[in-house]
Formats: sequence, structure tokens, C-alpha cells
Amino acid sequence: MTDSRFGDGVSRRSFVKAASAAALVLTAKAVINPIEAWGMETKGLAPETVQALIQAARDIYPHDRVPDRFYAVAIKDYDVKAATDPKIKTLIEGGIAELNSAAKQAHGTDYVGVGWEEERVALLRKIEGTPFFKTLRGGLVTGLYNQKEVWPLFGYEGESASKGGYIKRGFDDITWI
Amino acid sequence: MAGKFDLNDDSVVVIVGSGAGGGTLGTELALKGINTVILEAGGRYEMEDFVNDEWDSFTQLAWTDMRTTSGSWRVAKDFANLPAWIVKAVGGSTVHWAGASLRFQEHEFKTKTVYGDVKGANLLDWPLTLAELEPYYAKAESRMGVTRTNGIAGLPGSNNYKVFEAGAKKLGYTEVHTGRMAINSAPRDGRGSCQQIGFCFQGCKSGAKWSTLIAEIPKGEDTGKLEVRSNSHVVKIEHDAKGKVTGVVYADKAGNLQKQKARVVAVAGNSIETPRLLLNSASSLFPDGLANSSGQVGRNYMRHMTASVYGIFDRPVHMYRGTTMAGVISDEAKHNPARGFVGGYEFETLSLGLPFMAAFLNPGAWGRSFTSAIDAYENTAGMWIVGEDMPQESNRVTLHATEKDKLGMPVANVHFDDHPNDIAMRNHAWKQGQAVYDAIGATRTMPTPPYPSTHNLGTSRMSEKPKDGVVNKFGQTHDIPNLFISDGSQFTTGAAENPTLTIVTLALRQADTIADMMAKKTI
Repeated sequence: MTDSRFGDGVSRRSFVKAASAAALVLTAKAVINPIEAWGMETKGLAPETVQALIQAARDIYPHDRVPDRFYAVAIKDYDVKAATDPKIKTLIEGGIAELNSAAKQAHGTDYVGVGWEEERVALLRKIEGTPFFKTLRGGLVTGLYNQKEVWPLFGYEGESASKGGYIKRGFDDITWI
Repeated sequence: MAGKFDLNDDSVVVIVGSGAGGGTLGTELALKGINTVILEAGGRYEMEDFVNDEWDSFTQLAWTDMRTTSGSWRVAKDFANLPAWIVKAVGGSTVHWAGASLRFQEHEFKTKTVYGDVKGANLLDWPLTLAELEPYYAKAESRMGVTRTNGIAGLPGSNNYKVFEAGAKKLGYTEVHTGRMAINSAPRDGRGSCQQIGFCFQGCKSGAKWSTLIAEIPKGEDTGKLEVRSNSHVVKIEHDAKGKVTGVVYADKAGNLQKQKARVVAVAGNSIETPRLLLNSASSLFPDGLANSSGQVGRNYMRHMTASVYGIFDRPVHMYRGTTMAGVISDEAKHNPARGFVGGYEFETLSLGLPFMAAFLNPGAWGRSFTSAIDAYENTAGMWIVGEDMPQESNRVTLHATEKDKLGMPVANVHFDDHPNDIAMRNHAWKQGQAVYDAIGATRTMPTPPYPSTHNLGTSRMSEKPKDGVVNKFGQTHDIPNLFISDGSQFTTGAAENPTLTIVTLALRQADTIADMMAKKTI
């Protein structure tokens, strides 16, 4: 993911939807989050697909205190792989197309346009046995939760040996028991 | 390539594997003056190489060579190619273990007699008693520096332990303490005391935890009698026309096959690789694999009845601070069939870091039920449950019909179905474990399914009669006098306790036996 700011060349006309917590802005080759101030240049997937993947990732593992950028990092690998691996590209583009078509049928909009999380989750439940869903969910287990930068949001401190362990840093500091 | 001992030196003892069994046996033999070569499939990583990062460490240390699974156990669905979470490195799974060192109980050596006939279970009494092992248990505890033995103080209680202890006492349990741990509570044996780093599973970076890597093998090497050859993956044991083993074939780091001759071979590759090697060594003389006249090689695979319970509270716990396994409740370890099952189980605190909580709390789960639990990570306490599972002939390590490893050898398939006794015990343990946390006000408790197996046992079981098992009471195979099994594969039944202390105990005893037999020239 690049750290580029939301720039002048972006046309908001191409997309503004408020389905997710932070509305993403799409250009021909990028997904941009103006509120969190990051942009991700897409390589192998359509920006609309990346946007839907970010939303699906959040709907699979919803953490309201975790900003979109961590979900973007979690799914970025599929975009990178899709650039060189047609099988991955087909799997992901096909999976999102299927989700969009199910969303249109049920709600008259594409996946990211469905307003309630539980309605999007219902669409995901219908495809949870598919290779697309299994690949996406399985990858998120490490893609999302193994980001060192996300750990503090859950109160996990990570590596401790270089700090001398916890023997003087609270291994037994519980007071309410 | 060969190091210290020549490949054609047929006077050496060759040990396959450097973990609790192999690393201890090799060191003890060297201390007795016997030339020994340990062949270890994995690489050698020292204390400073270990990483406090769950997935990076897994990549560094775990045995991830191809394996397959079958059977109704959930691991086969969630982790189809990872039946076991064990180590491929010098030190074996003693690098990864948490340090719990409990002796088996007397009745656990005679389950057939005490439990009677349990339908579907292949119970058998050990050809050993607790009394026979006691001197060796004492030797092992002293050597490993087990807390609460030999005047060694217990470790201090961590946050995770304090929650666990308070709940246990509220519930009326009385056998609760910070465990008998092979982790130094004070400097001892040239190693420092525990710094409460956490990450015990990832290799102890302070050296406080006993492992064959840091506490045994270097002592063996100092004698000049022990050579540990890492990145040396044994693929076959060879024998002569009379049926005595003569050495092993192994792939070196470059993948080239080498032959190391031997006077005695001891196999300690953990309970999946050990039977795999015996089966892969089939010959015209031993068409069903080595030491397999009983047909029991690979059978009676046990993995302990395991499960976990996590409890969420309204205030912080920080369970990950400090030793991974910080205490034990032993009240349920007794055999009390009134509970609806035979055998017993222990509760032991456990903590996982955030990445492994996400992977193991409820594999495959997604949505808010799952993520709200992860959101409460900081306020979560955890415990592991380890109990005796029933040996079943059909729970079995076999050679895969088509899958082969990179050396062209058939991979192991691990088949496992829970016995009804295992299920009854797990349900009881989940209920009691949840009650421990509920007793002190948990807002939510979670009965977590078993992880990939860390305790792999029984696939070359010990028996009095050759028709019932693979090895005798010294771990010597019934069929081949100079072939020994030195790991948890020997276990006739699994007992409720963590196996490492008993593996080390058996290895120390086996070293005396091998030295004696060599002196008397019976092997």
C-alpha cells in the first residue's frame, strides 16, 4: 500500500458510496481513503473489486476499532498476486461478481451498497462454502491478525524478550482478583 | 557429511531425533563414555535465534513437511496437513514445550486392570510400575530442575494464574498451584531464572526453560563422545541377513543420501515420524516394516484428550504476560468413573498471543461472535485441558499410498477418531473449566476445540508380550535386539499428564539398559 494522499486528480464522480464506515474513493487505478489519508494503487484487480474485498474482509472479521487501512493491507496480497496469476484473478473477480449479483437480486445494489452489515453477512453466509470465500477468510486470519501494527488495538504487546520480559513489567499486576 | 564420527564406524549408537527422548538418551550415553551420533532432521537454532513472534517462530521451528489426516477429529478438517504442532530442529519439541512436569499416577500404568474392559479401547497394562520408575523420575526431576521438587521453589503466579487460582478455589478445588515446571525459578545448572517473557512455545530466549538443546546436548558434546548432526533426515533403517540393524540411511543438508553404520539404533522421531520410519524401512525380511511382527507399529495413536477454555472478564487480565503455562489444577486428574468416564484430566493455564488466538480460538469461525471475543483479548484468561485418551487400534499412523516427501518417501497419514470416553471427558472438562471462570464473574466463556496435537503418543507401544506391542519395558523392540524406541511412541497408554517428564525418565532408564547390554555384549 502506498501512503499517497488524496490528490487533485481524483474524480469523486467515479464513486462515492457510504456503505462502509469510511467511504472509499475509486479512480481508474486506485482505491483511496480520504479520511484515513491513504491510497492503494491497484495492480491486478479492478478498484471496484478491491473496494468490495475490503468491505467483505471487514464483514467477515468486523472490528469497529480497526480502521480500513488494516483491512486493505490484509487483502492487498490478492491484488498483487492477481497481476501475475490469472487463476487468482479469476477466483477473486468471479467471487466478487457473484456477491454483487446476489446483492443486486436481494437489494437492488452491488455488495458495498447494501446498507446493513447483517444483510451483507447474509450474502456471505450463502457463499461460505465456495473456494473464493474459503481463500479470502483463510488468508485474513494471518493477513489481518498478524499485522504488528494492529496488535496494540487489541491490547497485545508482542515481543518482550528485548525489554527484559514481564518480570518487572506487570506479569502479576492484576488488582481486581 | 560426516563430522566427528566416521560413516563406517559401526561401533557407535545412532539415535534418530534430538528431542526429549533422543537428546536425553544421547547425552546420557555420552556421559557414560559411549560414542553416540544423533541424527536430527531439522536445523540448529540457539537461544539468540529464537523469535518472540508466533508465526515467524512457527516458520522457523515447526515440522511442516507434508502430512495428511483422516478420521472424524476436527483437526482433520481445520488443519488437514498439520495433524501435529511439533518441532523440526535440534532439541525437538523440548524447544516448544511449556515445561509442565508431572509424574504419572500409579493406576495409569495399569489401566486394563483398573479401568476394566472399555468397549473399543485397546487398553493394556504397562510392563512397568510407578515404583520401578520412581528412581528415574527423581533423577529426571533433578536434572531438569523441576519446581516443587528437590527443594526448588515454585514459580511466582502470573495474572493468568491468579484468575485461574481464584476461580478454582471458589469452585472448591484444592490441588491448585503454579505447577511443577522445568523452568528455573532461581538460577540453577548454569542457567538463569525465568524472566516471564512469555513465548515459551517459541523457544525460551532466557534459557530458564529446560530443553535438550540447551540443558542436555551441550553437556554430551563436552564429553567428546556425542556428535549431533543437524539437517540429517533419516529415511531408512538397514539390517543384515540375520535381522540385526546395521545402520541408517539419511539425507544430508544438500539432500544427498549418506549411510551411517551403527551398533545400536534408537528411534526418537516423535510418534508420527517414528512409526513412519519403521514402516518405510520394510524389507524382504520384514515386509510389514521393522519391529512390526505384532502389527502394532503405527497403531494406538494417542494425542491426549485436549481442549481449552477461554474466559472473558470485565477488566484486564493480560494473560500473555509471563510463562505460557503458569499453573495447574489437579483435582480432576484422578480416576473417578462416577463422572461418566474412565481416567482423568488436568487443567493448566495457557495463553496464546493475538495471532494464534485468531487461528485457534474457533478455527473457521467468522462474524461478530468471533470478533467480539478477539476484541476482548486484553480481558481474556485461558486454560488448556489435558486428559487421558483411549488407545484405539484404528487410530493409526500409516504410509500414504501416493503422497511422497521431497526425498521420495511416502508421507504419514494420521487417522484419528475420538473415543466416546474422550468425548465424555472433554464435555465434563469444558463444563468444569467454564465453571472455574464463571465462579469469579466471567462475562463470557468459550469451550475451544483441540489444537493440532502437541502430545503424540503410543504408536510403538510397550508391552509385556511381543504379540501385544512393539517394545519391551526398556524400549527395546521385541523383534530386533539392537533396535530401540526412545520417545513417546513407547507409551502403552497416555495417562493424564504432559508426557515429557516421563519420556525423559524412560530415556535415562534406557541409557542404563543400553550401556549394560553393550558391556555384556548382548547387543
